[in-house]
Amino acid sequence: MEVAKLTDVTRVYKIGEVETRALNGVSITIGDGEFTSLVGPSGSGKTTLLQLIGCLDQPTSGKVIIDGKETTNLNRNQRANLRKGTIGFVFQFFALIPTLTAYENVEMPLLLNGKNSTERKQRVLELLKAVDMSERAHHRPDQLSGGQQQRVAVARALATNPKLILADEPTANLDTENGEQVMEIMKRLNKETGTTFVFATHDPRVIKYATRVVTLRDGVIEKDNHTPAK
Amino acid sequence: MMNYFKMAYRNLGRHRRRSVLSGLALAMGTALLMFVAAFFQGEMRSSLETTLRLNTGHIQVRDADYDPDKLSVAWDYLIENPDQVAAQIETLDQVQAATPRLLASGIVSVRDDSSGVEIMGVDPASSANDPYRHLVSGDFVTADDREGIVIGYPLAESLGLKVGGQLTLLINTSDGNVDEQVFTVRGIFTTGSTAYDKGIVLLPLAKAQAFSGAENHASMIFVLLKDREQAEAVAAAMPSQNFQVKTWRELNSLLVLINDFSNAYITFINLIVLGVTATVIINTLLMSVFERTREIGILTAIGMKGRQIITLFLAEASLLALGGVTFGSLAGWALSAYFAKVGIYFGDLGISQGMILDDRIYPYLTLDSAINLIVTAFIITVLASLYPARLASRMEPVEALHGAK
Repeated sequence: MEVAKLTDVTRVYKIGEVETRALNGVSITIGDGEFTSLVGPSGSGKTTLLQLIGCLDQPTSGKVIIDGKETTNLNRNQRANLRKGTIGFVFQFFALIPTLTAYENVEMPLLLNGKNSTERKQRVLELLKAVDMSERAHHRPDQLSGGQQQRVAVARALATNPKLILADEPTANLDTENGEQVMEIMKRLNKETGTTFVFATHDPRVIKYATRVVTLRDGVIEKDNHTPAK
Repeated sequence: MMNYFKMAYRNLGRHRRRSVLSGLALAMGTALLMFVAAFFQGEMRSSLETTLRLNTGHIQVRDADYDPDKLSVAWDYLIENPDQVAAQIETLDQVQAATPRLLASGIVSVRDDSSGVEIMGVDPASSANDPYRHLVSGDFVTADDREGIVIGYPLAESLGLKVGGQLTLLINTSDGNVDEQVFTVRGIFTTGSTAYDKGIVLLPLAKAQAFSGAENHASMIFVLLKDREQAEAVAAAMPSQNFQVKTWRELNSLLVLINDFSNAYITFINLIVLGVTATVIINTLLMSVFERTREIGILTAIGMKGRQIITLFLAEASLLALGGVTFGSLAGWALSAYFAKVGIYFGDLGISQGMILDDRIYPYLTLDSAINLIVTAFIITVLASLYPARLASRMEPVEALHGAK
């Protein structure tokens, strides 16, 4: 079963008169339960591909199907709805809402999905426990270390039980220990819940966890192979 | 919804000084407008009350041919047997007092100083003349006094007169001539309006009639009602043959117009001041949107819709409005209440088109105008936030996540 299917996708950015072809006719299918790394040098198109899979952006041409739904013609709100229920995000910068506590950050997607307070509480506590952040549930982001913030971000990404988690350079701002910790958690959750993970990274620490590595260069897929999980 | 307000509250707390200053701008605007509204209402209210009390009454009954601008005492323009007419009017239930008055023009002179005045013959016993009984010194004239006169404090000052002092009064008589007589100042009054007090002198009606040659005539029957809103109904019930019956609304049409105009004027000022305040709020929220671009991107990425982002910013504006308007209303109310007690002294504001202004204005805040202002300020603030809120809601997630505009 495929979670995402991109067919002949091109994304051109235009800044003034200059056109940049970030992706050039990319086709890729992400299967259910995969733990995939998108690798490649800066400017190869990893982040753009991730954003298109995440419905944060729309392709200039080509087709993007997420969880069986064609997304190319969806409007802003329809895309927000699709993201809300199907996709979770982990960003390179520790993308938590600074005014909310760890608990409230994880709770936010559940609120947006209209879950009641009992369901929310149960799920948030469960997730914070899963990422080993129960003790710091009521701390705000500025009271947490980078690694802790990223673990909260992982918990938030998983809050609504999405089919797909997209992570853009999730360990780029973390030291080795914290980076490993975050990856271990994600790998464990991938195994336990069957959630599909796709990373954009050039961190070898992340790549070694991947079951599939897709290499991009100059907006095209250069290599796509499977790496056994460790 | 509570969660939006919780987030909004915390967001405002991020830049506490900026939020407080924005709230303060709104508070100052609201306080200022509330005070201005109270000031205008106080001015209009006291002007109307003073004008009715001193000048026009609630109803005037006059001879059909009487022209108030000429102050003529020719018999053709006057009411005959005014005491009878007044007594007849006073039998009406709604009437508090009805009294004849004779008005003539004259000149007061003391040695080399002189001043043009309106001479008013009054029945000293009538309660309608109570406003003239606020005496700075001396006593009010009695009905049978043939040499006594009561004058206003500013006139006494300008002519250097004291109680017991003498003045020469020149009067235009009913046959078109002039006559003069020396009178003794019995009392010096103050009504609270310098402009009015320096232009009027009071004689007992009988003396004024004899002096002017009006004999058993008066310029008008001055009528005060228990409730001035009854004026039209009472006027309709009055004898109208050979008389003109005028209500206070007809007699003060300009004042009524100015009153209406002042309401429009206040609305206009409200819109200007609140417009300026709104730009402060827009500015605050715009800065907030630009600073939180990435955060908006995150919220959008996790599935927050445009409508929900708008709600978040509207909640921030509502909290700012709630704080600012509440604080401003309390300050405006306190300011109005204080000056309503002590008044604001303006001195001689003059008389314009029969509109008499007191020397001291007492702001008067009505519940209606306070609520009107509070609701308007709140709505304008929230409306002002729509622009930044919409801007935030329309950000493309990718651009927002990269911190771009």
